[in-house]
Amino acid sequence: MSPTNQTNTREQFRPEDHPTEHFLLTTVVGSYPKPKWLNRAKELHEDDDRDFDEENLQEALDDAARLITHEHERSGLDVVCDGEMRRNEMVEYFADRIDGYEFNGPVKVWGHNYFDKPSVADEVAYDEPWLVDEFEFTAGATTRPVKVPITGPYTLASWSFNEHYDSEAELAYELAGLVNEEIERLVDAGCRYIQIDEPALATTPDDHAIVGECLEHIADGIPEHVRLGLHVCYGDYSRIYPEILDMPVHEYDLELANGDYEQLDVFTADEFTKDLALGVVDVHTTDVESVEEIKENIKKGFEIVPPERLTVSPDCGVKLLPREVAYQKMENMVQAAREVEAELDAGEVDAAYVGD
Amino acid sequence: MTEVIATTPGLFPLPDWAKDDLSDLKGHQKDDLISGDEGDDVLEAYERARTEVIDRQLEAGIDGVVEGQLRWDDMLAHPLCVHDSVDTRGIVRYYDNNNFYREPVVTGDLDFDGDVAEELAGQPDVNQAVLPGPYSLADLATDEHYGDDAAFLDAIAEFLAGEAAEFDTETLFLLEPSLVENAPDDGEDERASEAIDRVATAVDADVVVHTYWGAIPEKPYAHLMDADIDAVGFDFVSDHEQNVYNIQEYGTKDSIALGVVDGQNTLVETPEEIAERIEWVDDSVPAQTFDTVYATSNTELFYLPQNKFEAKLDALADGVEEVSL
Repeated sequence: MSPTNQTNTREQFRPEDHPTEHFLLTTVVGSYPKPKWLNRAKELHEDDDRDFDEENLQEALDDAARLITHEHERSGLDVVCDGEMRRNEMVEYFADRIDGYEFNGPVKVWGHNYFDKPSVADEVAYDEPWLVDEFEFTAGATTRPVKVPITGPYTLASWSFNEHYDSEAELAYELAGLVNEEIERLVDAGCRYIQIDEPALATTPDDHAIVGECLEHIADGIPEHVRLGLHVCYGDYSRIYPEILDMPVHEYDLELANGDYEQLDVFTADEFTKDLALGVVDVHTTDVESVEEIKENIKKGFEIVPPERLTVSPDCGVKLLPREVAYQKMENMVQAAREVEAELDAGEVDAAYVGD
Repeated sequence: MTEVIATTPGLFPLPDWAKDDLSDLKGHQKDDLISGDEGDDVLEAYERARTEVIDRQLEAGIDGVVEGQLRWDDMLAHPLCVHDSVDTRGIVRYYDNNNFYREPVVTGDLDFDGDVAEELAGQPDVNQAVLPGPYSLADLATDEHYGDDAAFLDAIAEFLAGEAAEFDTETLFLLEPSLVENAPDDGEDERASEAIDRVATAVDADVVVHTYWGAIPEKPYAHLMDADIDAVGFDFVSDHEQNVYNIQEYGTKDSIALGVVDGQNTLVETPEEIAERIEWVDDSVPAQTFDTVYATSNTELFYLPQNKFEAKLDALADGVEEVSL
């Protein structure tokens, strides 16, 4: 992949009837609140006394994926996804599909919040497809381009117990090979936008070189027109920037609204040479930001990159928000982006970007 | 003659049924965590779980039996988080783990509380108490009352000494991961040692200052040797070389605690591996003979799922049986 080939991967997502010359790509990070009835359907499926079989559950999952994809469309997003309706948790879902993983039971994260942290008990190997079905179903449910978020190998490694490999890095590199295989399948299925989620990098920022090495494996052989992004959230970005710019991705998706853009300076000290997907709404407050407020947040992005390299997105997945709040945040976000585009066309925005 | 004892630093995972029951009884949010004034239903669930983990240690053949610290929602910050002069604020990261605790902010005098002594009361099978060491507890907390770091550390040491004085156990484990993870600077290292000494001299029990996630840097280690404690605990899972180096260069106390079982990995060590690790340390420091060797997991055990936690207890006790020093 050519790291300089930036704008080409973005233009393909501009809608044909886009009303303005400027185009701020609007999208989401991935997760979305599940409809309450989907959780009820899962409970019915787990209850042996009920006659709610696998087929019924799959139908419920399809309904939910279609519903949330349409909800994304209705909010006006340029690139949509299904809100990860089929995924239970960002590590468990993948571990369940990879040979070599086993589950031993829940472990504490904090208070009475637990997760079924898996163990790598044997060599990891590709078994069944992870996300191809999810992508194909979503792509079939919408006319908009679809983004696929996928948990990165470093996070899959560090949020598991490693019983088999000599080091976490070695496990991460093996998993990177599997992620590469999955992305090749997604690309064959028509996917052109893939986001690697590496929240664990925020916990151990000194490991950015391991994540970089993983991404080299992941990007290997992936066609140039496929847009690759990296999502990292809730950490001290000064410990990974500017080093992350060397990674073979087109776009970095960053959480900055939560900290009220306190970390903006980190990204202006050294020139941001890739695309920036800027978090413009906070996913940890139920207060819905106004269009005006979001417009101001979007314009903060112009201090880092010019408009043609700015993607507009929430800070992180929105699954912990009430559904109506999540929707309203997306709708306001798109509205804000469209208004800023019009202002840019009219020359009314003084984009502060001072690079090339 | 060296006595080898199988023990743990406590902070066990809740049994799976208790994870469910207490989630339902207490809730999932910050405000739902332990405050020190729980209702009868919650107390009963903890009592039942405590009995279960005590019995499980006895069944495994663990010598240093702890009550499990099952109520410690905030891990090592617990003794402050339940104190009346402390506000609990946002959720903050627990060292370099994917675990979080409520930030305890000290806003008034840290007078006697008695919360931990109450957990130990009426438990005849429990012979080992567990507390955070003063340096780590001060490191995990925020001070808005005492004004400077030295005064705050003093106050924390005084508070822990008061709490520990109420215990009636043979052994007290003071957990001090911050001596490794956020090691004290010049001057602070001496104060850390004095603070530990202050707590240790308040109790009749044997005091083990247990460290993990690496090795203490040399200078703070040298200062720690001045504290009147019975043993230092070393993490031989994460960094055996530097820990052996510290012992060879600076000596250690008459007894020693050896973290030889990985508290953060589900791979269960065999009794033979555990025995070998203990013998390896003994062979590596030929100039030392020990009164007591406390064989333990390196870290707290709440990181593990219940089945592997129990398997590790069994392995530890069996491993100790096979040691020949």
